[in-house]
Amino acid sequence: MVQQIKSEVLDNRRVGGYHVLSLTAPGIAESAQPGHFVTIAMGGEESSMVLRRAFAIHQVASRGVFGGTLDIAISVAGTGTEWLAHRRRHDVLNVVGPLGQPFSLPKQGVSCVLVGGGYGSAPMFMLAQALRERGCRIDMVIGASTEDRLFGVLELKRLASALTITTDDGSSGVRGTVTDVLDNVLQRAGADVVYACGPMPMLSEVARISTKQRVYSECAVEEAMACGIGVCMTCVLPVIGTNGATRMVRSCVEGPVFRGDRVRWRDINTIPADAIGAPDSGGES
Amino acid sequence: MSAAVVTGGDPDRRQPIEHADTAVELAGIGLPSPVLTASGCAAAGRELDEFFDITELGAIVTKSIMLKPQAGRATPRMSETPSGMLNSIGLQGPGINAFIENDLAWLNERGARTIVSIAGETVEEYGRLAAKLRSSGGFDAIEVNISCPNVADRGQVFACRAESAAQVVQTVRRSSDSRIPIFAKLSPDVTDIVEIADAVIRAGATGLSLINTLLGLVIDTTTMRPTLAGTTGGLSGPAIRPVALRCVWQVHQAFPAIPIIGMGGIRSGRDALEFLLAGATAVSVGTAIFHDPSAPSRIHAELAGEVRARGFDHVQDVIGFAHRANDSDVPSPTSAQHATTAHQESSSLEDWDFITE
Repeated sequence: MVQQIKSEVLDNRRVGGYHVLSLTAPGIAESAQPGHFVTIAMGGEESSMVLRRAFAIHQVASRGVFGGTLDIAISVAGTGTEWLAHRRRHDVLNVVGPLGQPFSLPKQGVSCVLVGGGYGSAPMFMLAQALRERGCRIDMVIGASTEDRLFGVLELKRLASALTITTDDGSSGVRGTVTDVLDNVLQRAGADVVYACGPMPMLSEVARISTKQRVYSECAVEEAMACGIGVCMTCVLPVIGTNGATRMVRSCVEGPVFRGDRVRWRDINTIPADAIGAPDSGGES
Repeated sequence: MSAAVVTGGDPDRRQPIEHADTAVELAGIGLPSPVLTASGCAAAGRELDEFFDITELGAIVTKSIMLKPQAGRATPRMSETPSGMLNSIGLQGPGINAFIENDLAWLNERGARTIVSIAGETVEEYGRLAAKLRSSGGFDAIEVNISCPNVADRGQVFACRAESAAQVVQTVRRSSDSRIPIFAKLSPDVTDIVEIADAVIRAGATGLSLINTLLGLVIDTTTMRPTLAGTTGGLSGPAIRPVALRCVWQVHQAFPAIPIIGMGGIRSGRDALEFLLAGATAVSVGTAIFHDPSAPSRIHAELAGEVRARGFDHVQDVIGFAHRANDSDVPSPTSAQHATTAHQESSSLEDWDFITE
């Protein structure tokens, strides 16, 4: 169940080019599943930043007196994340979660490939743990522009049977992008399922390659959100429903995890002409 | 559903403070609270019911519904601005039939008072929307959105011209049950809002909703293009509060008997109090919901404390009080300390610490 809590910062540490914040999250941590996210209000009560920021849940833990706690990874990209990256132990944040639809988990121990772009590997930790518990084989591919933009290499090495690293500049692993190596990884792993989180162009390619190889895929999208709870209609993208019709769906409540073959990746940032309710598409509900 | 709501509305948690009676009468409708949701910021109430008991609010004002399903505008649809945000959602929604069948039915089942906001592309569409609602029933009032800035043609913002604004309101009035109050939602982007208010009142509006967003623009300095796919958007949030308050003030001064729903950047009980003092009978909370999903419930509790701290027993008594001729009617505050306490307590972090199940 979604909750709004005051959350205390337990720790703020640098991880490569990112910050990882540990927060008390009683009630949220316990019900969080891989792929869920939280939103955090920026800058206090009289803040001029009126919109919350969304963060994928990186890890959850139960820490004695604190009860449930959770970690989020922050990439400083603007005034809000800059403010958040400067929070210290004992600071208090307004946190809402767990939000969104999590990754779906296979019932059997199948072969899974997890793909993370930049700090898109953050939610893969919880996912990898859950998949391991189900006896799944895990191959992981993580990539970033440079080595310091990779997230969690050492721990992911422990969680995965095989880890492939790519960087745009070749400063670590294979020079190139995660999608350059994905075809090979899928074949080598005999993949049944692909899970991905990262920038939209990466997800679009991951979905295309997976679908081409007839592998089921789920992608956690990063759409700009205003409310995170489904009331504002900001974070929509075109998704094909089970009946074949395209709707503009909210990534905060119907996502952020979508089936890779359901999202119309090329049509993101547009209203496809055949989407329900598109201008001049006709029909009266 | 919200079984254990422990928001600021719980009287047991603020025993030192007496709360004013929050009941108000809005155009003949008895409301337990003057705090409503703002259209477009609360969908149809369902999502917010996870955070607080929506039946404790004055009413849910639903997102403006159009005749047909609407996909809305392309993304990006939103940009944060100083103390505000710019949006160009473009009235995405399921269309009136699905709205009546699903959303309105749910609100009725839930027992929430409902003000249905309607938007049309033509005068005739507004009439058809009102007729559909007349057949369905199950709501308390209509808010006629004639001021959405996110339409392709600015010339079609009905509220920018007295004549077109009046035409829409007259059509809705004629197509609706005569017992249903009709609120016309006006745009601040006009030379003289009192002139537009005058026109819609003459056309049969029961009351006015003041204000819709202001038309704005943000340019992305990286791409060196407008940030929003729709180029321009509607500005909302605390940044517009003084503009909204000025509109409420001017219209109430001109038409003191006309009920006003005031809105624009309200995010605390004090902000809500300002609008009531300026002449609003009720207030809508909008963008603040994006910052704090339990804002409407919190603001309701804060307002009750703020009003009582100023020596009033009834929220109804502060409506328009800032327009008084002299200070002989000013009650003695319960204590200056109470006002401070009320603000601090009701906005304290404790109020977020609740669980819904």
